[in-house]
Amino acid sequence: MEFTLTDLTHLLPIVIVAASVLVAMTIDMFTKEADKTLGWFTALSLFAAAYVSLFFVDKTGVHLSGVVASGGATNILHFVFTFGAGVVALISMEYAKKTEMRVGEYYVLVLSSVLGMMLIAAAKDLAVIFVGLEQMSISFYALAGIRRKRDKSVEASLKYFLLGAFATGFVVYGMALIYGSSGTMALDTIRYAFPDLVSQPLFVLGLALFVIGFAFKIAAVPFHMWAPDVYQGSPTPVAGLMSTVGKAAAFAALLLIFRPVFDGAENALFPFLAIVATLSMLYGAIVAIAQDDLKRMLAYSSVAHAGYMLIGFASGEATGAAGVIYYLVAYAFMNLGAFGIIAMIESAEETNLKVQDYAGLGTRAPALAALLSLFMFALSGIPPLAGFFGKYYVFIAAVEGGATWLALVGVASSAISVYFYLRVVVVMYFGKSENRMEYSVSNVSLLGVTISAMLVILLGVLPGSIIKLIESFVR
Amino acid sequence: MLETYLPILLTFAAAVGFAVVATFSSEWFGPQTPNPEKHSTYESGVKPLGTTKDRVSIKYYMVAMLFIIFDLEVVFVYPWATEFGTLFGEHGVAAFWSMMIFLIVFEFGYLYAYKKGGFKWA
Amino acid sequence: MTLASVLFYFFATIAVAGGVLMVTRKNPVHAVLFLVLNFAGVAGVYLVLNAQFIAVVQIIVYAGAIMVLFLFVIMLLKLGGEESVFARQPFVKTLSIVIAALIGAQLTYVFFFAAPDKGTMVDMETGVYPGTVKAIAETLYTKYLLPFEAVGFTLVAATVGALVIGKKKLED
Repeated sequence: MEFTLTDLTHLLPIVIVAASVLVAMTIDMFTKEADKTLGWFTALSLFAAAYVSLFFVDKTGVHLSGVVASGGATNILHFVFTFGAGVVALISMEYAKKTEMRVGEYYVLVLSSVLGMMLIAAAKDLAVIFVGLEQMSISFYALAGIRRKRDKSVEASLKYFLLGAFATGFVVYGMALIYGSSGTMALDTIRYAFPDLVSQPLFVLGLALFVIGFAFKIAAVPFHMWAPDVYQGSPTPVAGLMSTVGKAAAFAALLLIFRPVFDGAENALFPFLAIVATLSMLYGAIVAIAQDDLKRMLAYSSVAHAGYMLIGFASGEATGAAGVIYYLVAYAFMNLGAFGIIAMIESAEETNLKVQDYAGLGTRAPALAALLSLFMFALSGIPPLAGFFGKYYVFIAAVEGGATWLALVGVASSAISVYFYLRVVVVMYFGKSENRMEYSVSNVSLLGVTISAMLVILLGVLPGSIIKLIESFVR
Repeated sequence: MLETYLPILLTFAAAVGFAVVATFSSEWFGPQTPNPEKHSTYESGVKPLGTTKDRVSIKYYMVAMLFIIFDLEVVFVYPWATEFGTLFGEHGVAAFWSMMIFLIVFEFGYLYAYKKGGFKWA
Repeated sequence: MTLASVLFYFFATIAVAGGVLMVTRKNPVHAVLFLVLNFAGVAGVYLVLNAQFIAVVQIIVYAGAIMVLFLFVIMLLKLGGEESVFARQPFVKTLSIVIAALIGAQLTYVFFFAAPDKGTMVDMETGVYPGTVKAIAETLYTKYLLPFEAVGFTLVAATVGALVIGKKKLED
């Protein structure tokens, strides 16, 4: 129990979010009509935590008997989680008012899910990964069903809970086998013993179960079945949260367990990862074409993006790890921006979600249309936006790792996906509009979306310096 | 080693023994003159009607869920409570505060449930 | 036979009998009650193995809380009288047999082939220390202090989640 002030300052981002959970609960308990206060409190405390994580990015170290790490890649991921969730808090305020969603519990659960993600990313021990995963998942199950009066929301919650609990079972079983075969829960010990351990069938089985469990969480084919229904049924900001930062957290766990592979150890799961990546990319891209509902389309698109990111793991190259982190940052903000705009356009009765509903938006709301086009271009991977460089880095890693065919599949599926992303843009600017739909643009939501847009452009303009920063921490 | 569990075994045996003896001694030693009136529900009791497999209100479920959460809390308190002497000797007040932080955080959940009417019947 | 072996066979018999009776009962409430018996037997086995903490958790959480939840679900759903799931979907039976066989195969493998020091007997008192309450306390509140405090937040999230999902009308 050596606990010093240094530990506390280095772990400050986690401490800030943990304290915010309790403060948000107190605000909700003791004030009436606290909607606005809570929203702003959540957003600001998350942004503060994001600032602190970037500020302390070079303060690398392990704390509290070596079960958590700080600094480096951990803090970059913490930045993604907190900043992304902060943007979600901004876009939630208007949405919550419009849909009369329960607000107090909502922000408490958002903060507590972020706390779970941060624990996963900081983990140096399997136990911490597990506690973080549970913390995040439990919050998500409740968030998906927070609009309880709507059947779709309840359905999403139940589906996500059943499959999520099932996936957690896989993760725990995998951890048990990893512990049983390696005799330790410490990730660093596993890392150094990895080259010997991969020859043990039980260890590889444990590794595979661990990866399968998290493949559910990142919605990779064939473990993706829940994603379209859950994203569609959940409140839109929640879907944004789950599909971006939630996915980033699951990838953070995979990064931790694959760390030895990036150091040059044998990638025992290469065939498995390659197949899952290929299936995810192609399935996501092809099925998304057939979707009319924007949230469903983005769900399938997120399946495809999970596939691209898995290429980074399959490559087994250190550049792949850095590429995955870069991709996570880029993907989080382009997807969040898209969900933010959907949340603005969507009505309280969950209409205006079809692609056709966006016809004529280009003339009636030029700013919104321009922003949504930006996000769609970024998601489809058109340079010089963030999405392009994300794909570029993982594809390069695949080529370097001798899996050129995986990169080619990625390129092919990106080409397919351009169709459905650009269809939205085409409909917005050239489609004929019959109905004059109502939408509510609030300055706060616009602020959140604009911040995402700026980050998407920034990541696209300065990819080199950012990837260098990430790489310096991954090595 | 296993002998240290002897008191628990004795308590267990006493509990089971008392239940068995109390249940059967009245049957064995008491005079038995049954008649239909005696077998009917006693005084203020309600006559049993219908099946016992009727559906129970979902409201009980809230109780069950909160009970599980508090039960899990007990699991984490139990080793601390039984080994507090050793822990205090080794780590001093830190041993005390490690549990207090946990409990304070947890009691936020309790207070929240209370404030939100989680324990109310409706 | 030593005292430990006698106790082991005693508790193991209770556990196996409880398990068999549970899966053969038609009345779901009876099945749950036999599951409690099974849990109690397993708890006894843990105790013989010197895994006191798991034994206690087995009683507090499984035989206590989880069973309450099972019983509530059964009472809420008004079970009984419906046809067996095996009759409606025969493949479920095959599937459950396959899964049971797989788990059995894995356990056999772990017992006889993968155990790091197979064939050696471990003296319970000295060998099996990690399962004692003392050992758990010494790691949980020191090395694993952070995950332990984090569990507090997880339980809070579960409380809030339960309220959001389960409560019809929440107060402000």
